[in-house]
Amino acid sequence: MRFLLIEDSPKLAKAVQERLQLDGHAVDHADTLEAASACIAVADYDLILLDIMLPDGDGRDFLEQHRQSEKRTPVIVITARSAVSDRVGLLDLGADDYITKPFDFSELEARCRAVLRRQGGVAASQKTIGAATLDSISGELRFDQTTITLRNRELRLLEVFFNAPGQVFSKSHLMDRLYSLSDEASENAIEVYVGRLRKRLEGSGLRIDTARGIGYRMIPE
Amino acid sequence: MKRHGSIRRRLFFQLAGVAALLSLAFFVVVRGVAESAAEATQDNILAASAIAIADSLRSENGDVFLELPYSAISMLGSVGEDRVFYRVSTIEKTLTGYADLPPPATALVAGDPVFATHDYRGDTVRSVYVLRPVGAAATSRDVIVTVAQTRDGLAATSQRITATATGVGVLFFLLATALSLWAASTALAPIERMTSAVTRRGPKDLRPVTAETPAELVPLVEALNSFMGRLRASLSQTENFIAEAAHRVRTPLATVRTQAEVTHRKLQKPEHRQAMREMIRAIDESSRSAGQMLDHAMVTFRADSLAQDDLDLRTLLSETCSRLEPTAELKDITILHNLPTMPVPFTGDGILLQAALLNILDNAIKYSPDDSIIQASIALDDTICLSITDQGRGFGDADLSKVTRRYNRGSNVGNIVGSGLGLTIADEVARAHGGRLAIAPNTEGVGVCVSLHLPR
Amino acid sequence: MRVLAFAALVSWICAGSAVGFEIEEQVIYPVQSPSETLRIISTADRSAFEPLINAFQADYPTISVEYTITGTSDLMKAIQDEGAVFDLAISSAMDLQTKLANDGFAQSYGAADVSELPEWASWRDQLFAFTQEPAVMVVSDAHFPQGDAPRTRAALIATLRENPDRFQGLVGTYDVRRSGFGYLMATQDSRNSEAFWRLMEVMGRLDAKLYCCSGEMIQDVASGKLALAYNVLGSYAAAQQQLLDGFHIIELEDYVSVMLRTALIPSNAENIDPARQFIDFLLRLNQRPDLVAASGLPAIDSDRFQNNTALRPVRFGPGLLVFLDQMRRSRFLSNWQSSLVQE
Repeated sequence: MRFLLIEDSPKLAKAVQERLQLDGHAVDHADTLEAASACIAVADYDLILLDIMLPDGDGRDFLEQHRQSEKRTPVIVITARSAVSDRVGLLDLGADDYITKPFDFSELEARCRAVLRRQGGVAASQKTIGAATLDSISGELRFDQTTITLRNRELRLLEVFFNAPGQVFSKSHLMDRLYSLSDEASENAIEVYVGRLRKRLEGSGLRIDTARGIGYRMIPE
Repeated sequence: MKRHGSIRRRLFFQLAGVAALLSLAFFVVVRGVAESAAEATQDNILAASAIAIADSLRSENGDVFLELPYSAISMLGSVGEDRVFYRVSTIEKTLTGYADLPPPATALVAGDPVFATHDYRGDTVRSVYVLRPVGAAATSRDVIVTVAQTRDGLAATSQRITATATGVGVLFFLLATALSLWAASTALAPIERMTSAVTRRGPKDLRPVTAETPAELVPLVEALNSFMGRLRASLSQTENFIAEAAHRVRTPLATVRTQAEVTHRKLQKPEHRQAMREMIRAIDESSRSAGQMLDHAMVTFRADSLAQDDLDLRTLLSETCSRLEPTAELKDITILHNLPTMPVPFTGDGILLQAALLNILDNAIKYSPDDSIIQASIALDDTICLSITDQGRGFGDADLSKVTRRYNRGSNVGNIVGSGLGLTIADEVARAHGGRLAIAPNTEGVGVCVSLHLPR
Repeated sequence: MRVLAFAALVSWICAGSAVGFEIEEQVIYPVQSPSETLRIISTADRSAFEPLINAFQADYPTISVEYTITGTSDLMKAIQDEGAVFDLAISSAMDLQTKLANDGFAQSYGAADVSELPEWASWRDQLFAFTQEPAVMVVSDAHFPQGDAPRTRAALIATLRENPDRFQGLVGTYDVRRSGFGYLMATQDSRNSEAFWRLMEVMGRLDAKLYCCSGEMIQDVASGKLALAYNVLGSYAAAQQQLLDGFHIIELEDYVSVMLRTALIPSNAENIDPARQFIDFLLRLNQRPDLVAASGLPAIDSDRFQNNTALRPVRFGPGLLVFLDQMRRSRFLSNWQSSLVQE
């Protein structure tokens, strides 16, 4: 997916950019509203991440302008204000969702997915391997005439395999994708989800292989 | 605030006091003037009588004769029924009248009536003395005409005047007192108007007072306005400061956390990864605590002056659920809605209620196991009951009545991030709305049901 | 009661050496169980007053009454000079009564119920009038057939002046030197009308006969010894008319002086309560026509003054003292004498 990050703190922007790229997203960074407008003019983004406090103006003004333009790119506001009253106002101004600093990236990802799902999905969210197609926004796995709706963790696990077919992922890597870093979970839980995914993939022409002592990989049958 | 009497009462008593003084002065003056007028009238009549008698004196062959004029005596009976005495005498002897009537105490001059007040025959009398030489210049003899009259009529007149003056004085006093009361109220009406104008204001209304102000109150109102201006500036400064501080702290925290995540992803050694996770947990915990403390402060502040929004609780609950749906999804938790088909109208503070529901639901998600179900429902009986039921681990054997206390957490929270303020916030919001927070074990298995009961 | 009163009647006519005033008659009206004795000194005849005393005792059966009759001057003398002790002084001489009150020989009775009486009928809460008695002219039927008599003083003067022969020695009036009532009426006349002195002169030329008392005068008119008598006490004349024929009473039309009979409580009175009760009783006389008829004393009746504007009550007040002045009196008497007696 392609993000536009509007953020005035260069360190935070850099970190966020790096973090999102780890998950395979493309991120443009604008440090002012002016730069942001320029970016929006030349490129299409799947999502805009907007820090509400900016040096050359309030993010609220940008929200208002953005709603009046023809672009329908969803906006998730990143706010340092945590009080309920502040957050409610943002939704009224036209933000699609908000997230409070500091944020957990799995939560950000979940919110992005929810926002995009409400919008009706984006083409870039679909990946096809062989006969199987995974829509990471709607959470659907399609092959032949079958459409399977995956649960959230199944989807996120499958996404990892779809992004790099044939690559072996260690259990700890998969843990990072399935659990928030502040959650405590045992690596055995991965086996449960891998077991579930194997059932889901039956008949799709894909299967998950166990590389004993290393991890798992997805390969065509 | 030290109460120092009432201006109205002081004004009233001062005005009434002035009225009493004026009434008394009026009484004294009227009585004095009227009595001296009555006395002067009596003196005039007495003098006229004596002079008329003196005019009738004539001399025949060296003897003085008098034909007492009828009118001279009868005129003394024209007012009242006073006793009358008279005496006509020369230096040597009494010619006629009451021989025992006392002679004048001072020497007399012809044509100049002299008055005196003394006792005679058991009564106080007013006497007039007139000296009149009678006869040809060579043989003229001085004759003293004395006319005396009791003062019963004068006393009666004085009594009447006193009664009238008293009546008018009392009437004046009563009237003035009533007017004082009215004046005191009227004078203070602008103060009351202004007081009610200021009292009617909402707690956040710190605009200057612009009501019509009497000149005397302008300094007070100006002082009040300037005070409110400073307060307003100070409040917004504080608000801005908190927001700024939050921003300043949260942005670096976000940077650190993000960098930690990136680093965590790149690290291979389990002990390094664990350390990074600990750091992230610490960041989450501190930011969450700060957030909840801010929320709690806001609840305390807003509960004092509850907003009266017209709300639909059904919409409020479902919006709150959809807001947390992504968080729930992360753990494959399904939020089931069990809501009435019709809107549930309620008048209250929407922001507070949302804060309460967010905290309850956030708690539920946090303590729920993966792949579980959370039920959000509204039941209408004698109260409106908004309840969130989870399948989590519950509060263990902790006292359910204490988990709503500040910083009190369940006994089995383990290693889940939390400040213990969530349910406290929900409880305070419920109380502010005249309701209560109820925590009960889930009747359909494991878990807890947290309900917000609001009055219908 | 009345029988008892008559039975116990003690009377004497004396000029007691013990007192310096002349007592004509003293009557005691005892009661069965007397608690107090009311001593009245009065100028009214026993025949006139007895019905009043009996009626009073009917109301107050424990008060015995001692009724002393004397002349007006003697009554004055008794109270003022002698300090005689009486509880009530009743006199027809308004001027003397007024002087007694003025000079401090009367005490006040403020609670007396004078609301029914005209304002001129009391003075200083000390003098209380209970009869009104006009001074009238009495004419003989033999000399003046009904309706022929003059109706005014001017007409009377003209009649007398034009017919000296017809009236020579046939007119009578009070000897003001001897009669207090006569003096009062004469002085009031002298104030009221210039015609008085002319009348006196005309009567003097006709050799007017002078009387001490009304009774005698009326008898002489009735018998025809007099053609007319001037300034007769109306109440006596009316009473005499019940007994005698041959005269009629004329109230002159220019004015009629009306004398008021008054009661006062002397300042040295000893039985004040019965005295006050008697005054209240007298003030209610106009509600007792039977007593008015029996006594022949006409009660105060202000209606009469409204119907006949010629009636003039003699007013209380210091004016009544004027003619009691020693110099003024001797002057008046010498004038009167030179007009009427003409020796």
